[in-house]
Amino acid sequence: MRLAGVGVLVLGVVGAFLYLGGWFSPHELTQGRFVNGFERVNGIYSGFRRNHAKGVCVTGHFDSNGNGTRISKAIVFQAGRVPVIGRFSLGGGDPYMADSAGAVRGLGLEFNLSDGEEWRTAMINLPVFPFHTPQDFYENLMASKPDPETHQPDPAKMAAFVARHPEFLAAIKIIKSGEPSSGFDNTTFYGLNAFIFTNADGKATPVRWTLASEQPYVAASAAGVPTGDKNYLFLGLISSILQHPLKWHLILTLGQPGDPTDDATIMWPEGREQVDVGTLILDGVQAEADSETRVVNFDPLVLPAGISPSDDPLLSARSAVYSESFTRRAGEKAEPSAITPADIRK
Amino acid sequence: MRFFHWVMAAMVLAMLGIGVAMVTSLGDYHRLVSLHRPLGILILIFVVIRFVNRRLHKLPPFPPTMSPQERFIASASEVLLYTLLFLQPLVGWGMLSAARYPIAMFGAVHLFPILPHSAMLYAFLRKTHTFLAYLLFLAFVAHFGAVLYHSLVLRDGLFGRMAPWRERAR
Repeated sequence: MRLAGVGVLVLGVVGAFLYLGGWFSPHELTQGRFVNGFERVNGIYSGFRRNHAKGVCVTGHFDSNGNGTRISKAIVFQAGRVPVIGRFSLGGGDPYMADSAGAVRGLGLEFNLSDGEEWRTAMINLPVFPFHTPQDFYENLMASKPDPETHQPDPAKMAAFVARHPEFLAAIKIIKSGEPSSGFDNTTFYGLNAFIFTNADGKATPVRWTLASEQPYVAASAAGVPTGDKNYLFLGLISSILQHPLKWHLILTLGQPGDPTDDATIMWPEGREQVDVGTLILDGVQAEADSETRVVNFDPLVLPAGISPSDDPLLSARSAVYSESFTRRAGEKAEPSAITPADIRK
Repeated sequence: MRFFHWVMAAMVLAMLGIGVAMVTSLGDYHRLVSLHRPLGILILIFVVIRFVNRRLHKLPPFPPTMSPQERFIASASEVLLYTLLFLQPLVGWGMLSAARYPIAMFGAVHLFPILPHSAMLYAFLRKTHTFLAYLLFLAFVAHFGAVLYHSLVLRDGLFGRMAPWRERAR
């Protein structure tokens, strides 16, 4: 009888462990299943990120003007220069995809702070995000899976997704109301998720940030923009950055009470206070083969003291999914990237 | 010093639960990982203190009913547990170092890297961390089961060797 008691207690402990590890919930969306989804839709390219696979590395610095110190105690906002590494990318799991104006453009950055802290961020060129939760993103990803026969997404699946998610349609409308710019160099990038900035007095402010390009906007469809080469966006970036440093202003938008921090599909009202906290200057470009940055995981929750995540459900999910993708690709043989060192030297 | 055993038991159990939950959770991942790192280092510190203390003191005797084979298994499992508890946090610290992540503890406090940057090394250590975690869990289950068996079935006073409320062996 007592032996049975021992058995029950031991089984109880094992059961608790299995429960916590999700073994009793095989249908819950985990980071592993999410990355499996990317791999099922896009295929697996050895050594590459499972999204934003095509990219090129950059280096530069951030000249902080000190305006941010009243909003956050993070040392990155103290006036001074901070070394930065980064990576421009296109959304999609195929590292050899052809560049197009309509593809989502990404910019990952790592700020190396003087006390050894880091601030990592991964931004895209959409002014609003079309998905509220990671589950919605995944649903859309699976709805976009090409039919094995037609090699196109099933329009019925997409229509069903859109019908279930009016916020997706509303966000797409906003996104499509502007035309993408002619290249990476004059693209404005958006942080999209809200973060909580805490200053030295303990005051917390919700913030969404953007990197506003100093290089003037030119529409992608404007005459004189060569779009023939399948790497035209990256080659254009390389040519641009080798001629002169590229600059962006880091603008913090301060949220007011009532502005949603947990829904990246909803833009904050016009007229919110904006603070220019400094200038990002990118002046070096390297092919992934020549750069350690190929391996960097731009996890948006690597943050300095003074910046912390909001309740946006996308943030923890991004960190978890990026980590899973990173773990998988880190152990794989790195196949050559689309943009090679020869493309930089040209 | 028995206090250290019980505090560590709670921490290690928590870590096993946090570890297995965080890698299968989107919403709780960040919160759990942020707890997992400093708790792991705390366990490392405690295991070193416990090990030093263990070497400096005589252990309470085994119950006279335990055979030489049983005593050997008990001692071997003790060595296994100490080894795993020492290795696992180091593997975690090493894997974050190889991955070139800042090894954040709390606030602005972070640890220095203990390994050079290497994606392959990170991938290997990451798998090792999972393997050692399962091994640690199995070692714990065996330890837990054996102690329960001695205490509830054999009732040979074994539990008194670690019980927080008993007097030390005279």
